[in-house]
Amino acid sequence: MESESGLSERYEIKGGDFSRAGTISTTIKRILQEIGIPPDIITRTAIAAYEAEMNVVMYADEAVVTLNLTPEAIHININDKGPGIVDIDLAMKEGFSTATAKMREMGFGAGMGLPNIKRNADKFMISSVVGKGTTYDIILYLDGKE
Amino acid sequence: MKRHYFHSIRIDEDKCEGRMKCLRICPTQAIRIRKGKAHILEEKCIDCGECITACPGGAIVPLTDPFGELNKFKHTIAIPSPSLYAQFGREILPNKIVAGLKKLGFNEVFDLAYECGEVSFAIQEYLREYKGVRPVIHNACPTIVRLIQVKYPSLIEHISRINIPRELAAREMKKQKSKELGVDEKDIGAFYITPCPVKMISIRQPAEKKKSNLDGAISISDIYGPLLSAMEGIEKGSYRKGLESICILGIGWAISGGMSRTLRLKNSITVSGLNEILKVFDDIEMGKLKHIDFVEAYSCHQGCVGGSLTVENLYVSHNKILKLMETLEYEQIKACPDIREVRKKYAQRYFLREGRLEPRPLKPLDTNLAQAIKKRKDKEMIYESLPKIDCGVCGSPTCQTFAEDVVTGEADITDCIFTLPEKIKNLPAEVTKALSNVVPMDPTKDQKQTAKHMRGGT
Repeated sequence: MESESGLSERYEIKGGDFSRAGTISTTIKRILQEIGIPPDIITRTAIAAYEAEMNVVMYADEAVVTLNLTPEAIHININDKGPGIVDIDLAMKEGFSTATAKMREMGFGAGMGLPNIKRNADKFMISSVVGKGTTYDIILYLDGKE
Repeated sequence: MKRHYFHSIRIDEDKCEGRMKCLRICPTQAIRIRKGKAHILEEKCIDCGECITACPGGAIVPLTDPFGELNKFKHTIAIPSPSLYAQFGREILPNKIVAGLKKLGFNEVFDLAYECGEVSFAIQEYLREYKGVRPVIHNACPTIVRLIQVKYPSLIEHISRINIPRELAAREMKKQKSKELGVDEKDIGAFYITPCPVKMISIRQPAEKKKSNLDGAISISDIYGPLLSAMEGIEKGSYRKGLESICILGIGWAISGGMSRTLRLKNSITVSGLNEILKVFDDIEMGKLKHIDFVEAYSCHQGCVGGSLTVENLYVSHNKILKLMETLEYEQIKACPDIREVRKKYAQRYFLREGRLEPRPLKPLDTNLAQAIKKRKDKEMIYESLPKIDCGVCGSPTCQTFAEDVVTGEADITDCIFTLPEKIKNLPAEVTKALSNVVPMDPTKDQKQTAKHMRGGT
């Protein structure tokens, strides 16, 4: 879906790889900085991307992250293979989490991840098939349009 | 609009041999070698001083003030960084150093450790009532402040609003002395004895764009020799006497972690060395460290004792400060400010930093978004065609920065030594034939030998 005026990058993450968690959002942040995206939008993008990345690391087996950047919008698509989410509405509630005790011990799983993505993105779409995986679409607009 | 940034580092072109040590060590990739000489890119430089230490030819010089500047003032005050106390042998105690500075011609020496102590208490107060974004980032190291302005503009809000001790000390001493001696504040010169070049810059061009209360900085390395001679003949005195006016809270400011330790801050972390700081700042930006209250960060390893203008080995001086702190604790020397007084002053906003910190984000690839995106794509394409060994022969520190320099027009793709065999291919046949014995014609083969050969040849 790369257009003439757009930039497209593709990354892969493995579930359970806590040591590399956060590297994709950092990479995305650096690209946006080089291009000169306003700092507040970069921060929001990086936080949303980081939360999604953490979700994959915590729950999924693997995922492909694509960044599509046009002068109009930043679009991050994450496609994971994993258990999927049973009840998305419930998962979107602040404080709800299926994190294990071990994850909580590490400081994760406060149930703020998905709501945090929603708060920072202009548009957030999530769909899931139980037993197959979850797809996240995070969009931030650059031209002031919604 | 082009903003001009003032820097505390100069390159002596006569001495520079283009040996690339600075090119490789610069943490913000602010150095380029052009026509065999190093150049600093103003907007990227954060005055950390790494290049000064790295240069084997002594061609990179810090801009500090010569001693002669003292004559411009009717009354002079030396304000030494606590790291100065760690530069001499064990038997030379702080009081002797202060006496030595006076003998060098300063009318007055203000022990900055005392003011550091006051500010430590002020930071404690600040953190107690703080409601803003966490963690608060310590602002004593001007390189850290500049790094945030340039690379982490979104963290500006995290920077502590408490003023730094050297500025407060200069401000108060000038007020006090002007009253006491009946001279104009303008005629009183306050000089900081500095362990690093960036403090110089923070005096000439404060990050908050306000005028500094200090009038200059003299490097520890410049004053070391004269001070050593001046201290000869000064009575050693008793061990206790040599320490009795020294504030333990303030001494800790010379080393990384010293302040958090003396304040017994529970939720604080300490980080030193720029590459480590980049990792911590990335985490703060991600919101990973919200549960931390305070980050003590120093660009130099081990804190100010590791500054590029110090003399003693930084691990030795780090240890000396630790020992000094232990001794003060053991001897129960309480030369620190009265916390009740500090609270009173705090309530009067005495410690608040004046002026505003603005971001100084790096120039994007292009001001037009569509163009910038295109250039970023071109940059990746160029990067992919490069050998990715960061040899630096082109004059840019890494293949990544070289690719960026090409798309922004700062460099030409043919500056890359590995594109050379391609260029030769396009030469007239007879030249190619004559050269074929010297340079391999296939760019994929023997690249390293080619590079070596060409470097030796020019």
